[in-house]
Amino acid sequence: MSEHGSSPVIRTTRNAVAVELSGVHKWFGEFHALDGVDLKVMRGERVVVCGPSGSGKSTMIRCINGLEMHQRGKVVVDGVELTDNLKRIDEVRREVGMVFQSLNLFPHLTVLENCTLAPIWVRHMPRREAEALAMQYLARVYIPEQAAKYPGQLSGGQQQRVAIARALCMNPKIMLFDEPTSALDPEMVKEVLDTMVELAMDGMTMIVVSHEMGFARQVANRVVFMDFGQIVESAEPEEFFSHPKHERTKLFLSQILH
Amino acid sequence: MTEPGKAAPAAPGRAMPLADPRFRSIFFQTVLIVTVLAAGYVAVINADANLRAQRIATGLGFLDHPAGFGINQTLIAYSEADSYGRVFVVGLLNTLLVSVIGIVLATIVGFVVGIARLSSNWLIARAAGAYVEVMRNLPLLFQILFWYLAVLGTLPSPRQSLSIADSIFISNRGIIVPSFAFGDGAEIVLAALMLGIGATAALGMLSRHRRRATGRPLTLWWAAVLLLVGLPLAVLAATDFPIGIERPVLRGFNFVGGVRMLPEFAALLIALVTYTGAFIAEIVRAGILSVHRSQTEAAYALGLTRGLALRLIVVPQALRLIVPPLTSQYLNLTKNSSLAVAIGYPDLFAVFAGTTLNQTGQAIEIIAITMAIYLLLSLTTSALMNWYNARMRLAER
Repeated sequence: MSEHGSSPVIRTTRNAVAVELSGVHKWFGEFHALDGVDLKVMRGERVVVCGPSGSGKSTMIRCINGLEMHQRGKVVVDGVELTDNLKRIDEVRREVGMVFQSLNLFPHLTVLENCTLAPIWVRHMPRREAEALAMQYLARVYIPEQAAKYPGQLSGGQQQRVAIARALCMNPKIMLFDEPTSALDPEMVKEVLDTMVELAMDGMTMIVVSHEMGFARQVANRVVFMDFGQIVESAEPEEFFSHPKHERTKLFLSQILH
Repeated sequence: MTEPGKAAPAAPGRAMPLADPRFRSIFFQTVLIVTVLAAGYVAVINADANLRAQRIATGLGFLDHPAGFGINQTLIAYSEADSYGRVFVVGLLNTLLVSVIGIVLATIVGFVVGIARLSSNWLIARAAGAYVEVMRNLPLLFQILFWYLAVLGTLPSPRQSLSIADSIFISNRGIIVPSFAFGDGAEIVLAALMLGIGATAALGMLSRHRRRATGRPLTLWWAAVLLLVGLPLAVLAATDFPIGIERPVLRGFNFVGGVRMLPEFAALLIALVTYTGAFIAEIVRAGILSVHRSQTEAAYALGLTRGLALRLIVVPQALRLIVPPLTSQYLNLTKNSSLAVAIGYPDLFAVFAGTTLNQTGQAIEIIAITMAIYLLLSLTTSALMNWYNARMRLAER
């Protein structure tokens, strides 16, 4: 895809590891946000990450596409190790889509332009082709008729579905979701979750920070519980919800599942 | 003033007429109109009587009288025998020259310093911050005098001037650079240059079109160089060099030939640009900071580089906030150019509202004309900027 600076990059397409974090540490000043995180996500796997606020979930997911840089340990995404080499970070970001908690479509561009921006400027796709691709994904999230509108004219749920379509237009190998439904009005949560379920059914590799336990039960291969910057427990949803091993997990589950 | 239509109905039974809102508003408005008219009448009568007493003829006839004084920088032909009307045009052109160049340069300085102040590089950010604080906290008049007296004034005399390649000379008489001398057939070369510029612009459009169609722009820099430099040079050679270069030559105590930039102009321009640039830098910084960080992050997450994220996402959104206060700075720069009078740069204010007013005594006419011109310049600038801002705003929703 692009040049890799001086050191060669080994692409591990065979063993199909999508994301691997090993011994990752991150500090914000004195605050130890990530305290030795190990996580391995295989291609096609769906992982839901939960935990109390301030437990490092968002920081971890943001380390995967270089929005935050880890200070110790190793992050390998799709066979490319993230270092402070900007070219390499851009290379990873091209292959990793992300949907944020805050609704952050670009307000000065139409829905269609939001979706075609990256394919045109990053992938150098002809405009016509990019627009056709964008319409295809907008149809997939059920809002092709909103293509000409500006984000401000859409509801929160619609905006979040456009954000998903925008990320998909780059044909990412991995999708990251950082609490995609927490900023939404309750009646809009379902439409966004439904879109994500469909995406999961298509075999997309997904790492989702979310407290939507119904969603976790339905689509996750694995649920990861984080607290104080560490991964406390990691298990299949059935196991995780019915027989949590750690006290902290039990406490957390008792608080969110009344 | 109150609006009669919206007044509450008067309370019945109360006799005080001023308590009735309708009567009250008509009463006060009448008083105001009578006062204004009376004051205006007194002013006109007074001015008329004074002018008569001093035997000054009113009217614009003075504009045709010979001015009798020289001007050291004229963009159009001017001699002492020319009229006050021509002095007005010379001054106006000088004001426009320093304002337009000043606005362009101040904008560049402002954007560069404003973005530099947000740099993650400690040294660059601090240097930009120090620049802003020094420039905007010292009076402009002081800065103009500083550049004129302390910097440019201490340059050597023409005989000892600093020279670059024996063609550019810097002295206390200004900066002198070689000029072009046009001979027969020069038009053909100029036409070739125009053709080159036109063809390059056309190629640029073609490239943009191509990018839309295929995703990649044409690589054109070599074609542009060929058209802009190669074509005019080839024509120049073919027509036996009708355009030559005239180098300035030291003769006696001063230079002959070449184009000279006066130290007055240089000092005024530098001061206006650095001073206004500091204010623009803060406007740019505020505009960029107003675009939420999540917008940049969303752009990064899509794989956009830092440069593209700034250009396609941050700046277009920041511009909507930058343009209105930027307009004010442009107006300030234009009006502040009248401080030229302090160092003798012949702008509109210095030669027209200054010298011409002194010599003719036509205070009312000259002040009115000068006022009208500054107003016209400012309103034109505002109109242009508002039009641009309206276009930017449309993109929102």
